[in-house]
Amino acid sequence: MKDFKGQAISWELKNGVIELLLHRAPCNELGSLSLNELEQFAAALDVAEKDAHSLIVHSELKSGFCAGADLRELYERSEQMEKSRAALGVREFLERIHRVLNRIDASPLTTIAAVHGVTFGGGFELALVCDLIFADKLARFAFPELRLGLIPGFGGIPRLKRDLGNGVVRDLLLTGRSFNATKAQQIGLVSQVVGEGEALRAARATAAQMGKFDRHTAAVAKQFIKPIPHDELRHEIDIFCELFARPAVRAGLKKFVESTDAQPYLP
Amino acid sequence: MQTAEQTLNEILTLAAAHFKVPREKLSPDDDFFKALGIDSLQTLDLLTKLENHFHVELPDYELQGVSDFRTLAGKIQVRL
Repeated sequence: MKDFKGQAISWELKNGVIELLLHRAPCNELGSLSLNELEQFAAALDVAEKDAHSLIVHSELKSGFCAGADLRELYERSEQMEKSRAALGVREFLERIHRVLNRIDASPLTTIAAVHGVTFGGGFELALVCDLIFADKLARFAFPELRLGLIPGFGGIPRLKRDLGNGVVRDLLLTGRSFNATKAQQIGLVSQVVGEGEALRAARATAAQMGKFDRHTAAVAKQFIKPIPHDELRHEIDIFCELFARPAVRAGLKKFVESTDAQPYLP
Repeated sequence: MQTAEQTLNEILTLAAAHFKVPREKLSPDDDFFKALGIDSLQTLDLLTKLENHFHVELPDYELQGVSDFRTLAGKIQVRL
């Protein structure tokens, strides 16, 4: 499948580059609709990878790359179910999204997240599966999950640990504060910081360069340098589910969903 | 080191330019959400603009409850 136009995401394969576009308002919140389409994308990769050398993930929404999990859907579905069923539903959702993200992480393609604006929680985790992150000057990165009584659940901590020092991981995780693109580049998270609205252009230019390299060598190099921390990823799901069962989480989700605070995105 | 008044003026100028609001319509004690017509996501843009301009890090939790330019300027001034 060379192209697809969905309600939350779309993709297109052109000149050896797959572009995965996020476009679900307000800020690409990742819920069941996005997950269904991402699963289709992961399945399509099996075929598309044969004709491609690079993958670019980006957002067409002005608000940002992705604000993370769809907390409204998570809260509403949890409220409609018994506690034990809600917990099972969360585990199933996490296992499905981990399969998709692990698939992208392990892709032999060179993958680039071209981000701008809000890159929070699950959105940050989506960017972290990519080999390179290009950020425009107004991009911000955060793991605000602790304010809900949770930890990141889409593989964020193991992948951040893979890429950065533990002190930085603790700062992001335990304070919930957001980092701007310049700071993110200083700590080694972001490869290139570009002007406002320029991340996609820079990613395309880099992808074109990747197209000049021998694919097999690039894939072998990637596999060598970027192991997937499967054990830690599974452990993360267990911890998330254990925390999710606590009453504090429902209270935190309720507060977020019902918030009229002018700054609900601020940790 | 620049004065608090200079910091405040630079914030007002920068916010006016970024959110396309006439500079003369902004006052130090204005609620910036209302004066700029911005939501929480756009507030993050403002925060990033200010961090980049002043070369400071401003943890977002320090902005909880801050809604006027003068208090915002004070938060930045102590980090210069």
